[in-house]
Amino acid sequence: MQLAITNPQPERRHTMFDVPQILSFLQEGLGYVPSLESDAAAREWLAGLTSKGKLGHYINGSFETFEGESSIESLNPTNPADVLMTTPCGSSDAVNAAMTAAQAAFPSWSGLSGFERALYLYAIGRALKKHARIIAVLESLDNGKPIRESRDADGALMQRHFSYHAGLASIMANEFQGYRPGGVIGQIIPWNFPGLMWAWKIAPAIAAGNTVVIKPAETTPLVAAFIAHILIYEVKLPKGVVNIVFGDGTTGAAIAAHSTPWKIAFTGSTKIGRLLRTVTAGEKKLTLELGGKSANIVFADSDLDAAVEGIINSIFFNKGEVCCAGSRLLVEEGVADLLIQKLQRRMTSMRVGPALDKCTDIGPLNSKQQFDKVTSIIQAGKEAGGSCWQPECSLPEQGWFVPPTIFTGVAPADALAQEEIFGPVLVIMTFRTPAEAISLANNTRYGLAACVWTESIGKAHEVAAAVKAGTVWINCANTFDAASGFGGYRESGYGREGGSEGFYDVLVPDFPTPSAPLMTEEAAEAAADHEEVQEDAVIDRDEDPTAPALFDQGPQIDRTYRFLVGGKLCRPDGASSFRVTRRYNLLSVVGNANRKDVRNAVQAAEKAQPAWAARAGHNRAQILFFLAENLSARRNHFVSLLMQERECSRDEAEQEFGASLERLFLWAAYADKFGGSIPEVPGPYAVNAVNEAIGVMGIRAPDNFPLLGLVHTIGVLIARGNTVVLVAGNSPTTACELIQVIQNSDVPAGVVNILTAQDPDHIGQLLAYHMAVDGVWFFGGINGCTAVEKASAGNMKRTYTSHGDSVDLLGPQGTSSHWLHQASQVKNVWIPVGA
Amino acid sequence: MNTLMDLDLGLIHSIRVNGPAARRDAHGIVGRRSVKREAQMAWLIRAIQCMDLTTLSGDDTSGKVRRLCTKALNPVRHEILAAHLGEDHDPLTVGAVCVYHAHVAEAVQLLGGKIPVAAVSTGFPHGQSPLNTRLVEIEQSIDAGAREIDVVIPRELALTGQWEALYKEIVEMRQACGENAKLKVILGTGNLGTLEVVAKASACAIMAGADTIKTSTGKEPKNATLPVGLVMAREIRRFRDEVPAEQRRIVGFKPAGGIRTASDALRWQILMLEELGQPWMLPDLFRFGASSLLTDIERQLELHATGRYAARYHQPAA
Repeated sequence: MQLAITNPQPERRHTMFDVPQILSFLQEGLGYVPSLESDAAAREWLAGLTSKGKLGHYINGSFETFEGESSIESLNPTNPADVLMTTPCGSSDAVNAAMTAAQAAFPSWSGLSGFERALYLYAIGRALKKHARIIAVLESLDNGKPIRESRDADGALMQRHFSYHAGLASIMANEFQGYRPGGVIGQIIPWNFPGLMWAWKIAPAIAAGNTVVIKPAETTPLVAAFIAHILIYEVKLPKGVVNIVFGDGTTGAAIAAHSTPWKIAFTGSTKIGRLLRTVTAGEKKLTLELGGKSANIVFADSDLDAAVEGIINSIFFNKGEVCCAGSRLLVEEGVADLLIQKLQRRMTSMRVGPALDKCTDIGPLNSKQQFDKVTSIIQAGKEAGGSCWQPECSLPEQGWFVPPTIFTGVAPADALAQEEIFGPVLVIMTFRTPAEAISLANNTRYGLAACVWTESIGKAHEVAAAVKAGTVWINCANTFDAASGFGGYRESGYGREGGSEGFYDVLVPDFPTPSAPLMTEEAAEAAADHEEVQEDAVIDRDEDPTAPALFDQGPQIDRTYRFLVGGKLCRPDGASSFRVTRRYNLLSVVGNANRKDVRNAVQAAEKAQPAWAARAGHNRAQILFFLAENLSARRNHFVSLLMQERECSRDEAEQEFGASLERLFLWAAYADKFGGSIPEVPGPYAVNAVNEAIGVMGIRAPDNFPLLGLVHTIGVLIARGNTVVLVAGNSPTTACELIQVIQNSDVPAGVVNILTAQDPDHIGQLLAYHMAVDGVWFFGGINGCTAVEKASAGNMKRTYTSHGDSVDLLGPQGTSSHWLHQASQVKNVWIPVGA
Repeated sequence: MNTLMDLDLGLIHSIRVNGPAARRDAHGIVGRRSVKREAQMAWLIRAIQCMDLTTLSGDDTSGKVRRLCTKALNPVRHEILAAHLGEDHDPLTVGAVCVYHAHVAEAVQLLGGKIPVAAVSTGFPHGQSPLNTRLVEIEQSIDAGAREIDVVIPRELALTGQWEALYKEIVEMRQACGENAKLKVILGTGNLGTLEVVAKASACAIMAGADTIKTSTGKEPKNATLPVGLVMAREIRRFRDEVPAEQRRIVGFKPAGGIRTASDALRWQILMLEELGQPWMLPDLFRFGASSLLTDIERQLELHATGRYAARYHQPAA
């Protein structure tokens, strides 16, 4: 097949200009004439495709179509009558074929050396540069974004992403020891950055050795189709490493539901992200880059003109169809009028027009659907009494154009301030103090990005640290780089794209298989159905009331175990307890938590979290060391208890106890040694990639190690600034005894909260349902894991589940660095450098 | 002509300029516009009208000044101009001729009142001579027929934050110009170190009564740059739109030094149109200080008139 991607320009022919127009400019005021980027080469390429019939999916290195697939037309948003390309809507057959190809390609692709994979990534990056112009034109035609953006922003970042990840492939063996690619990744990308998201998804995945099946958005297939040709004819990428299936939501659903991928990566709306979390629960790893309602925070001591440019960039870049668009402006009250005056003046000079015009600031929205949505939100905002302002500007007669729009005097309770609009619409609110600015900025379910404008360096850093967002730009906006991971907090999703943090998301920890199974098959089966275990524990083992008590060492005073909530010992809200028996003997009677106990514990953890995260790592380490010291002093007590509760030998109990002390020391050590890194980005920026706490973490503790399972999870999570609500597994006596140690170790109230429950999986699910819990670690049966992942969709909390497997906390898995990654989330703070 | 106002030190101290942002934004604002075809021809012709055709050299002689004045009156070959404006176009001249005091009288005579003459006075380019001699220079240049006076500020006063002293000196220069000459204040931005100092010096000059603020003498290590232009344009805008009514005024802008190509000129014009609007596209409020720029603009006009890339030696020299 001939690639028609170079268009020989005819020799420049001289045409005299229109003299009256020149005179009119001189007499009536200078202005612009349309300066259209030529789409001739792009059109010629598209025509070549059309002449061959319907374009196929790119599967196993060639273009394939399948019986019975409907067609999708990609329209030009600048001129919706213009059908750019017709793609098939991928059927389940297409998805199956793509998955099979990807699966087949995985062994050989992942078997290549990092250097060999790097050669391909490097070649893709170079090819993107060689064809930069046509790619930019295709992108603007397809999406409607101004050509200057597709050329200068999207195109450059695509190239950079492949060259950066060629580098990561090269250094993977050195820098990511203990990790391996997982296999096939299913990827679903949006229409707002069709090429850039393609690069963001593909580059890290294949650099690491995964193979991929990717679905471009139904309205924007052009660039992916073009690159597929490059992969075949120029890069000669091995077959099946990248497979592109075109299609709509049904195709995406088929990818998400397919049994082949170990992971699904999605960029798009929070609504679809929630759905994906539900359908992949219990099955696959998931990373999500979702919606946002990012704040521009402007202080009175900022360079207000610089802030205005930043705001313009932040909300009107790509017509506002940007997940991290700075769609909320929070301005210090005293300068609000001046800032709005400046903003309005600036908006008056903006040009709304065709995507290919090099003078265009705001192109058409991507689709009729999006146009209708945005215009109806504006209308509803006006009807709700919002004060709407748009500059007088001429809009083209056809095309889905929306002028730049601001709403002033908006309150946080207005719908406009809460909902993601995904268009060129800015809502403006005021604040009085830095604390109020932070609180307003965080008054959202999202957490993708924020801009802070102030000339006070201390204030800038204070606010940057306090804002819940994956990226914070200080005195700049919309700077991106492959070396700096991009992704969200809260309901903006999880996982990162770019940087080393993003690379971990396409890798799996590579643990040696334990030499002996940790659980017998019977035990594993039992764990899979927790109800059964509970029944055993309480009823069957209670059959012999005459058996001697296990603590039969003389006269005993009754022991009443309680929960640890907010630093205090609490009785169960439901005033109910259950018996823990071993070998038909009663070991203990412990409290049975209910949803109110969960509520109280979460409340305590939530209250304690900000101050705990703000403590110096050194201080958190001291507390963990002290915890180890106090635990060590009770060695005999715990070893004996473990022997009884685990029903294990003294050696095994000693081993677990020793490992627990060591683990506390390990995580104490990391309390001040995992602060983050400095991504090396181009340009005059200092970027801090800070490993921040996730927040309030729920833990359903492992069953196999009653003590180690607790100190391991609590240790790493609180070392990194989280607070926890832990529900003990099926050996809760040890947990209850640990409460006393925690109480004696200067752990601040609310940092560690411990519950026990007859059905810990149920409590784990309650934690997953709780909207103020930011993450859940769940070590239980597969059904429980699935249920927790489903429940997590409520607030898109991060989850770590054992997928029904037992986790070997004694082996290398226990001390792996991946726990530190799981215990934190990365915030990238961009700080321009220069006077 | 502008008049002076009281020095508002609070305003000067409240000025904040974020350097990296200004550098980014200057290129961002200009980079988002493209001036092509008829628009470009009109803009370039206007650029000529906004040009202070300049010779400021130690070896300037009468002969050199005569050549400059002749070129100033006939900046573009007739056939080229006719292709763009029609055969019966109005005469085109540059905005002003800018010379040292020694050549003012001669230039005034040669130009016959068709184009104003601007004189660089006040110890150009260093501004380090005694204030009284600098003021005498201004008076003598005006007496010789200069209608525009380009003065330089002593950079020391800006670098050390002596805004009251700087204000007082410029006020005296303002008074020396009186109603007879436009006061164009050169900040010597290449010596000022940071964009924030540039902005503060701009505000100080405006309050002291400057008609135009100008970037450079052409003799500093760094000439006019777009970020400097952006910051100065924002100060002009502040005094046009944002200050209380009694402080408001209209101030012109003149970038000078290092502007050599037609595309340089277009970039400056885009900055003016986007940041300040149409009045700053006219010679009253906008001038380029340039010497070699004209030749490149002529070549660009010839290209579009003939369809052929032009040779430099075809353009009559200044």
